[in-house]
Amino acid sequence: MSQPSNVPEPQLDHLYQEVILDHNKKPRNYKVIPQPQLHSHGLNTLCGDEYFLFLNTSPEGKVTDIGFQGSGCAISKASASIMTTLVKDKTIEEVKILKDSFLDFMLKDGITASKEKIGRLKMFEGVKEFPVRVKCATLIWRTLEDALNNIHERKE
Amino acid sequence: MTNKIKTQTLDINKIREDFPVLAESMNRHPLVYLDNAATSQKPKSVINRMHDFYSKQYATVHRGVYTLSQNSTWECDLVRNKCREFLNARDTSEIIFVRGTTEAINLAAFGYVRKFLKAGDEIIISEMEHHANIVPWQLLSQEKGFKLKVVPVSDDGELLMDAYQKLLTEKTKLVAITHISNALGTVNPIKQITHLAHQAGAKVFIDGAQGAVHLKVDVQDIGCDFYAFSGHKIYGPTGIGVLYAKRELLEAMDPYQGGGEMIELVTFEKTTFAKPPLKFEAGTPAIVETIGLGPALDYVMTLGFDRIEAYEQSLLKYATEKMSQIEGLTIIGRAKQKDALVSFTLKDIHPHDIGTILDQEGIAIRTGHHCAQPIMRRFGLPATARASFAFYNTKEEIDKLVAGIEKVKEVFA
Ligand SMILES: Cc1ncc(COP(=O)(O)O)c(C=O)c1O
Repeated sequence: MSQPSNVPEPQLDHLYQEVILDHNKKPRNYKVIPQPQLHSHGLNTLCGDEYFLFLNTSPEGKVTDIGFQGSGCAISKASASIMTTLVKDKTIEEVKILKDSFLDFMLKDGITASKEKIGRLKMFEGVKEFPVRVKCATLIWRTLEDALNNIHERKE
Repeated sequence: MTNKIKTQTLDINKIREDFPVLAESMNRHPLVYLDNAATSQKPKSVINRMHDFYSKQYATVHRGVYTLSQNSTWECDLVRNKCREFLNARDTSEIIFVRGTTEAINLAAFGYVRKFLKAGDEIIISEMEHHANIVPWQLLSQEKGFKLKVVPVSDDGELLMDAYQKLLTEKTKLVAITHISNALGTVNPIKQITHLAHQAGAKVFIDGAQGAVHLKVDVQDIGCDFYAFSGHKIYGPTGIGVLYAKRELLEAMDPYQGGGEMIELVTFEKTTFAKPPLKFEAGTPAIVETIGLGPALDYVMTLGFDRIEAYEQSLLKYATEKMSQIEGLTIIGRAKQKDALVSFTLKDIHPHDIGTILDQEGIAIRTGHHCAQPIMRRFGLPATARASFAFYNTKEEIDKLVAGIEKVKEVFA
């Protein structure tokens, strides 16, 4: 039995890197924001991962506060935690570019342009060695996309 | 089979040779296949039979006057009779071929419940049901105004029989309960459940998707009105399963789908239907899958359920002992009567992470809600990891599972 040929041989330490394990254990911005300006609920129906995401923005369009809560695997939780740290204090425009670049990076092959734009998020490259887990890494970014578009519910 | 053979223990090495996929590797490790409750692997006899049938005997059933088609029909009828024997039904007309347990439940919902229940009538299911034994009844109840009542489950994962008795009223018209829970392994006392339901005047549907794989089923002894199982879980093909129902019910029920095969006479004004089982088998059936079910049932009947059960229980005992010793591991489902599967959680490590790490060790387990979200909710869990065993699994494989779980703990230390 073999993986499709374009997928590199999976290695566990590419998936469960120190930083990812750390964010899973101690998720940042793990909080509910009461009456947020933007919010959404992301659910991966296949595996039951689910997160609630909350954002507040300034009149100039900057993310002033962000929080998430929910349950899921280490990859989805770490991805959510890392996302919140990167998005805070960015403008909505910057957030959208980061989101699109990251989703491109995770979902498409041989994307080098987006690779430059995503900075630290390159650490999720190892997840691509485990195709069924890619959805775990992207769930919170989809939820963010929904929150920005005023969609409050998403099922994957 | 003589008594002598029956009392011999199973030759597991020889059995493993019958299942080619067990010699495969996964992620550079010998495959350890522990997802048997989802679907089981196939012996050579099933694979070869289907291959040979396509190669030499394939033709449609019931329609051809030519020899090849008559033979095809005859072979399918033999399998129907084998299913009758397997369940100890009275008559082959009580064996309806369906796609699987899910379709069997939908057939009974449409053909029986929809026709004979009235608004305000009650259907009893249990908290440990698979979604397949919840959703069809729920859909119908919403449409027709039936009431769905749920038998609760104890902390050990056993049905609360007192609560069940209290739920039974003269309004109860159907009790639909699983023989064995795919999420917890609990074996339910279906004979007693059936007896109590009948006293209250209700019919009984037993979901045997797991039950028929691990225990000898005798529908006459149980007394149930319906019993269903899936071919793919009992070492046979996908796309084929069986609904057993009592003849008098089948006579009275509405057909499930309309089409070819299930009719007696068709005019544009009116159609009269064929007799059971064909009344419920519209369209060209899954012919080769039906053929493949035969050697699958032969395989388990030749091994014998007494030997299968004894061996699988020894695996369960071993796995329970070894896994209980893993610090931080909690077994979900500790019924006294339990089938060979272990559902578990490991500290706060998500089951999908457990599954991915075990996969890298060549070990296939199921992680998630096992299509039984209500029972997961009952235990306050979004998901569990589940290792489910078949007679071809070994204690060495359980040792590998245990070592794999230790590895998971290291990664998440
Ligand atoms: C207890 C139980 N009921 C019903 C089903 C549905 O069976 P199938 O998917 O073969 O129709 C399953 C299998 O997943 C099961 O374990």
